[in-house]
Amino acid sequence: MEKQFFADKKICILGDRDGIPAPAITACMETVGGEVIFSSTECFV
Amino acid sequence: MDMANQARIKEAAEKFGTGNVVVILGAAEAESAGLTAETVMVGDPTFAGPLTNVELHLPVFHIFELKDLIDPQVYEEQISMMEMVADVDEVKAEMERIRQECQ
Repeated sequence: MEKQFFADKKICILGDRDGIPAPAITACMETVGGEVIFSSTECFV
Repeated sequence: MDMANQARIKEAAEKFGTGNVVVILGAAEAESAGLTAETVMVGDPTFAGPLTNVELHLPVFHIFELKDLIDPQVYEEQISMMEMVADVDEVKAEMERIRQECQ
């Protein structure tokens, strides 16, 4: 996957309370590109 | 995948177009990552939420899969701890399997 792929994309982030929470994924995606339009941390328990 | 998030994904796909929306997951378990990926591609397999029978075929990735694209320092700070305890290879394999199965 190329970084360019994400450049103009709208990014939806589904984090996991017991895995990687949404804010951590958002921080990472800010270094990749695209626009984060929503982020949420789910709980699968 | 919870109902509210299914609704938000559906709304985003309708508003921006399925070719412009990407979903990134942070699930700890391969199974839950796979279920969520399946939901945003071919609809809610539990037939309970707004994505029931809705085939969006959105591109979906686990954050582990994007390691090479992420600033290494940020990845180290945000993800590396979880990378040590999660079965990264299993998560990646499941994501690949679901993407192929749900194409």
